[in-house]
Amino acid sequence: MSTESLRIVWIYPDLLSTYGDRGNLLILARRAQQRGMPVEVLEVRSDQRLPATADIYLLGGGEDGPQALGAQRLLADGGLHRAVAQGSVVFGVCAGYQLLGTSFFAKGTRCAGLELLDLSSDRGPTRAVGELAGEIDPRLGVPPLSGFENHGGRTHLGPGVSPLARVSAGIGNDGVTEGAWRGKLLGTYSHGPALARNPALADLLLRWATGAHQLPPLDDTWAERLRTERRAAVAAAARP
Amino acid sequence: MPLRAKVASSVSRTAAALSRAAGRGDGSVIGGWIGLKIDPDLLAHLSAGRAIALVSGTNGKTTTTRLSAAAVGVLGRVATNSFGANMPTGHTSALAKAGSTPYAVLEVDEHYLAQVLEATEPHVVALLNLSRDQLDRAKEVAMMAQLWRAALVRHTDVRVVANADDPMVVWAATPPADPAQGVRPPHVTWFSAGQRWHDDSWVCPECGSTIQRSGEQWWCTGCPLRRPDAQWTVEDDGVLDPTGAWHKVTLQLPGKVNLGNAATALAVAAEFGVRPVDAVSRLHTVTSVAGRYAQVDRDGRNIRLLLAKNPASWLEAFDMADEAPTLLSINARDPDGLDTSWLFDVDFAPLRGRQVLITGDRAYDLAVRLDVNGVPFQHVRAFGEAVRAVPPGRLEVIANYTAFQDIRAELDRVN
Repeated sequence: MSTESLRIVWIYPDLLSTYGDRGNLLILARRAQQRGMPVEVLEVRSDQRLPATADIYLLGGGEDGPQALGAQRLLADGGLHRAVAQGSVVFGVCAGYQLLGTSFFAKGTRCAGLELLDLSSDRGPTRAVGELAGEIDPRLGVPPLSGFENHGGRTHLGPGVSPLARVSAGIGNDGVTEGAWRGKLLGTYSHGPALARNPALADLLLRWATGAHQLPPLDDTWAERLRTERRAAVAAAARP
Repeated sequence: MPLRAKVASSVSRTAAALSRAAGRGDGSVIGGWIGLKIDPDLLAHLSAGRAIALVSGTNGKTTTTRLSAAAVGVLGRVATNSFGANMPTGHTSALAKAGSTPYAVLEVDEHYLAQVLEATEPHVVALLNLSRDQLDRAKEVAMMAQLWRAALVRHTDVRVVANADDPMVVWAATPPADPAQGVRPPHVTWFSAGQRWHDDSWVCPECGSTIQRSGEQWWCTGCPLRRPDAQWTVEDDGVLDPTGAWHKVTLQLPGKVNLGNAATALAVAAEFGVRPVDAVSRLHTVTSVAGRYAQVDRDGRNIRLLLAKNPASWLEAFDMADEAPTLLSINARDPDGLDTSWLFDVDFAPLRGRQVLITGDRAYDLAVRLDVNGVPFQHVRAFGEAVRAVPPGRLEVIANYTAFQDIRAELDRVN
């Protein structure tokens, strides 16, 4: 951790917050506080400079226009690149995931991404809307992904990243893989409050940020019930 | 009316009556659907000869439609789709059922505004607000504002009554004039109904710059878009009209949001020549609207139903609800939208200190949200269990669309 408190930055909530993206910020802050960690939360709007010294940066979903604008401003600002160079954690969701790559499509044109992850995104033949599930890369040691996706993009991974998950329901990147990660950067098409259904993923980000190998367990009764219910719903929908 | 339209209209009424008699619903959609199959222009035929107001927006349209119909009723009979069936099938059914009326006030789903403007050629259109709602299938907010704006460019004769507090609505209601093409902007009367929800209007729809806010004022930092002066405003427990006269408004509906809806209704009626002083007493006749705000006494509990479909309307519901035990019910079926992400756009902190119960198909999504929010709650499997779990007295029920209908069915389809 950079200072005595865990600093979490939500990048551009004025642009990149469409589907309850605030949830990821609230969940990380609460899970850290429940472990007795002091937390400092910063919401940085797109007309403000991005501090380069925070521990975790969150990028949410957004419509095409705000996504393109967000990428431009982040490239001009440079703060996120400096933070990544210093080992900060980045978690990108949906549009925020796409703009971590080299390029993405918004409003019919190819836009330059932040080039923090080796991936590029374009438009798919159909919009991917619905439950998204899959086994997460075993090296990350977290249980299967459970989420909801709503995007028109398809994402192609380069050799510099690993897929976050193998898709068992939904589309994700391309119907086969979902999301991507490298070092302490992680992106997913599981949109909005993705961590609500994936508390283990939230703890993974906290472990990356703090360097802790293990965190004291929390009572995740309700999240577990939610995951079980969603798994059953996905299975029921898959039955002929 | 052409013969085909007459036949279609008559069949439509019969189907609606059959649907109601069979207990299959309000009959407000099926009748219109069959009528439109027989005559696709039926809505236009049924609209001809009526002075019509359309009411659209993300929230408050059912209630504002009911209040506006009551206010316009000063002048004569008003046809209206008062069951909240707000797509062309519902409009067709409502007009066919009402027979010949000089006036109509129609609630319109925001996605259908362009189509219904075309078919009904209204005298007035009221634009209430635009915010995120069922994003897994609905248009995103900026796109919706663009559609409204494009529709108004084609109907510059319509008189617009619009919310000065919502930047998206203001932008939609003021398409640019194009004198070379003979296009002039529509006439707009602005009302101020307040807006608790700001999270969909931080970015200017015109130029992409940041929108600043201070008190009730807002302005774009990059272009001339700013809050227009409102001619109709809420002040204390009444409404100020454009002449500066204040009218006390006594409603049977709770909350400041409904005072705003009343101001809108008075502004709509004024476009037909109704004086607010004549209309204001009629607003008191509106009680519950398709079950919304309905109160039912059961087992010593006074149960009040509040509908909340999206983040903006949840904030309004918390404002309306009494400090009393509260049941929250969430579904995510087709009419609700399949995505529950929006729960994290709502701050449930106002419920701290109240006894909170949760139920519905997606109660676990809500449980996780409340847990993160630090709001203690109790999960119940059924509505009856919730009623037994609270002490005698008021039980507030806040539910989203199909969850609301489920509970309404338990209470014998209360209106």
